[in-house]
Amino acid sequence: MNPKLVTLSVNHRTHHVALNPNTTLLSALRDLGYTDVKSGCEKGDCGACTVLVNGIAVNACLQLAWLAEGQDILTVAGLGSSDQPHPLQTAFADFGAAQCGFCTPGMIMSAKALLDERPQPTEAEMRKALSGNLCRCTGYARIFEAIEHAAKQLNVDSRG
Amino acid sequence: MTNMNHLEQPNIANLPELRQIGKPLRRIDAMGKVTGATQYAADYVMPNMLHAKVLRAQHASAKIVRIDVSKARALPGVVCVLTAEDLPGDRVATDIPGVTGTSKRAGTDAPILAHDRVRFMGEALAVVAAEELALAEQALDLIEVVYEPYPAVYTPEEAMQPGAPIVTEPDNIVARWRILKGDADAAMRDADLIVEGTYKTQFIDHAYLEPEAGIAWVDEHDVLTIRVSTQVVEHFRSIAAALQLPQNKVHIMGTLVGGGFGGKEDITVELFIGLAALKTRRPVKLVYTREESILAHCKRHPFTITHKTGVTRSGRILASQVNLVADSGAYVYLSPYVLLYAASSAVGPYKINHVTINAYAVATNNTFTSAFRGFGAAQACVAYEQHMDEIARALNMSPREIRRLNYVQAGDTTPNGQAFRGAVWLEECANRAWDALGEPTPPPTPHVKIGRGLASYMQSYGRITWFHDTSQAWVGLEMDGSIVIRCGVPDIGGGQVNTLAQISAEVLGVPMERITVYSTDSALTPLAGTTTATRQMYMSGNATYQAAMAVRKTLAERASQHFECEPAEIDFADSTVFNKNDATQKMPLTQLIALCAAEGLPRANLSLFKAPFTEKLDPDNAQGDIWPDYTFGAQAVEVAVDMETGEVRVLKSAACHDVGRALNPAAVVGQIEGGAAQGLGYALLEDVQIVNGVTLTPSFAEYLLPTACDVPEVKTIILESGTGLGPFGAKGVGEPALTPMAPAIANAVTNAIGARVTQLPLTPERVLEAIERQHGSA
Repeated sequence: MNPKLVTLSVNHRTHHVALNPNTTLLSALRDLGYTDVKSGCEKGDCGACTVLVNGIAVNACLQLAWLAEGQDILTVAGLGSSDQPHPLQTAFADFGAAQCGFCTPGMIMSAKALLDERPQPTEAEMRKALSGNLCRCTGYARIFEAIEHAAKQLNVDSRG
Repeated sequence: MTNMNHLEQPNIANLPELRQIGKPLRRIDAMGKVTGATQYAADYVMPNMLHAKVLRAQHASAKIVRIDVSKARALPGVVCVLTAEDLPGDRVATDIPGVTGTSKRAGTDAPILAHDRVRFMGEALAVVAAEELALAEQALDLIEVVYEPYPAVYTPEEAMQPGAPIVTEPDNIVARWRILKGDADAAMRDADLIVEGTYKTQFIDHAYLEPEAGIAWVDEHDVLTIRVSTQVVEHFRSIAAALQLPQNKVHIMGTLVGGGFGGKEDITVELFIGLAALKTRRPVKLVYTREESILAHCKRHPFTITHKTGVTRSGRILASQVNLVADSGAYVYLSPYVLLYAASSAVGPYKINHVTINAYAVATNNTFTSAFRGFGAAQACVAYEQHMDEIARALNMSPREIRRLNYVQAGDTTPNGQAFRGAVWLEECANRAWDALGEPTPPPTPHVKIGRGLASYMQSYGRITWFHDTSQAWVGLEMDGSIVIRCGVPDIGGGQVNTLAQISAEVLGVPMERITVYSTDSALTPLAGTTTATRQMYMSGNATYQAAMAVRKTLAERASQHFECEPAEIDFADSTVFNKNDATQKMPLTQLIALCAAEGLPRANLSLFKAPFTEKLDPDNAQGDIWPDYTFGAQAVEVAVDMETGEVRVLKSAACHDVGRALNPAAVVGQIEGGAAQGLGYALLEDVQIVNGVTLTPSFAEYLLPTACDVPEVKTIILESGTGLGPFGAKGVGEPALTPMAPAIANAVTNAIGARVTQLPLTPERVLEAIERQHGSA
């Protein structure tokens, strides 16, 4: 297999990398240092590697990296930082939605995609949107609460 | 000698007012986790690093005729290939590390790499380290293993038969406990009714989202350093023994653990990467795939538990005989202790004067079993709580009434003769949980039936008292009034580290954001023992409390000199020290620290907390104390059963636990809700199917976990009796949170369909079969 030169745009940074055609986006991102994207199963069962590609939540382990060329990739580290957290990140921290924290980056990115699409999701919409993200610690209830709270916050913010 | 005196005096703080304890404060590890800044074991890389892979046995039971690694070694980019022949020692101690007073049969430890025989499919045979991960994977395919079939046995019942293939010498029985209290045979004859039942549980996987991972290197002082996701940094001792190194030449740097639940209690990747690092003198990284994790790490013990109970017509239990058989899989690991937890809680939180309990753990050619949240006590609860409902049914009594009549009270004793010293709020917990279910949900369609179930439990927190458990913590104030805590506690997601911060914040009157905790390092943080057995809040919480109180005492004395008042009048809050009785007397904490520093007074303290120490149990009848204390609680659920498909949905879940005192209510609720969700998976979905030694559920596509669509509306009720042995009267709840959920669901399903499925999980097939059996007999 011959490596291919690929340009990836991650969290508004641009990377030129040589990648094998079969390299997954998960593997490429982690090799670039985006270790906030977690690897839990490498086959799309757990959702720990969820990132946004052009605003759509995808399992980075199921996408080939070169297919993401020219698209905007957003990981949880690009969403906010401890100085300037996104309301979802603040709410996850405040509501105890992160225990071991390993599913959290992917969970927050799935929640972000949901709220971008549906700013005031119903409980059923929320459950469905998160059903591809496994959490073994929390039992999900704190996560639902955090997302509901963040949604309210974001709606207030957007009304200015 | 038994020293249990201080058990009667829970460690309730002599602090005037609690300002931070009891509040649902944001955890100090939260922002790192939500922003992706937290580094887990697999996130670390090092210069010159090699990637390791492990070759795993393809047979459950076979002799190894030959392992030929020559082709793998010849592959360019492969730096080393290790088999059992390359090892300095061939076995790894699988007993509980770092404790005194344990014992187990010699020769039962697991090999690091199998050399003459494999005993389960997935056993490690060889380790490869290569320049790239893909090369290491390729090299595995080039290793040729010639096996010769060897007789196998896959169920404990078969393994106990005379003439069965021997997995563990001499007779496959790797552990046995016999608990005798009173005279169960005689008391059974006085019973009006005898109720019998057999209940079975399955293999399940911990399924933490973070697979096992680590990176090892030899540092400039020839110290083998291993950064690893583990619940137990004290494994450095057994690693040193296995690699024949001095104990001070092995250094474990734990990481924040991406879920443990007991599955990272035994050694996982440490020896493989340690060996390769010693051999290559380069950093070596190993991360399990999900499939490797499911195949090769321990599982929860399946149990078959048979109850025979003698009761009076009025519902009093006179006698109980219980037999427990656990599948220990191919190697012993922690089976003797898991079995003890199951055996000693086999009759549950009920007062029974005449008890005989026989428990066996039996080796098979299945994947080995070891610790899993609940540690045998959870399996016991699955059986005893279903059996209580069966007794109620036989007596035509309500499940709550039969329990109410038989609950233990404070001062009663366990089958081992250990007294319950603190509050026992079983009835209160059951009533609160049950009432919280509210009005029954009407069935949405005629073919759906609604049922409700209840389960009570008792579960120990803290380790077995003849392990002589200790924990240490160091608490110090910096010149700017910030706090550093050093404590070897591994944080596995339950908020273990945050608890220490919150305790110190309370005692020294410093805000949480001014506290930094260094943890989980076998060389640089004082050893605090394992994050297992629901012990860290109790053990390391008390050690931290003691250390912080010692610092407070020094500061208060110095402040009282300054203000010319009594030390007892001094209080600390918001980084200020003041006289409670004179508002004019106050100063910034930094000023007091400077005063102490100028006089060489200590602003730091290293404290060791010692659990009660007891002698081992009487070998004839297992009488004696086993644990420091117990947590009690109850779970109630409402389920909907589709009578046409057998599908079970949990509609409502209410849990009520007496946690002594909730140091951080948000963390306590998180444990309870998360434990209940795991219990739901245990009851309905999860099943590592091992058939003829082959794991048929190798990934999360086959091994089903509860998703966001499966968990019900939950209500959590926290009671605070204040009688726990932890700081401020707290009790442990990490493991107990899971324990009652599965039997509560099983009881609710029985309530809905009028028949019992006695084997977990309650799959649609099994539920339908029970419905059909019921209709056939009706």
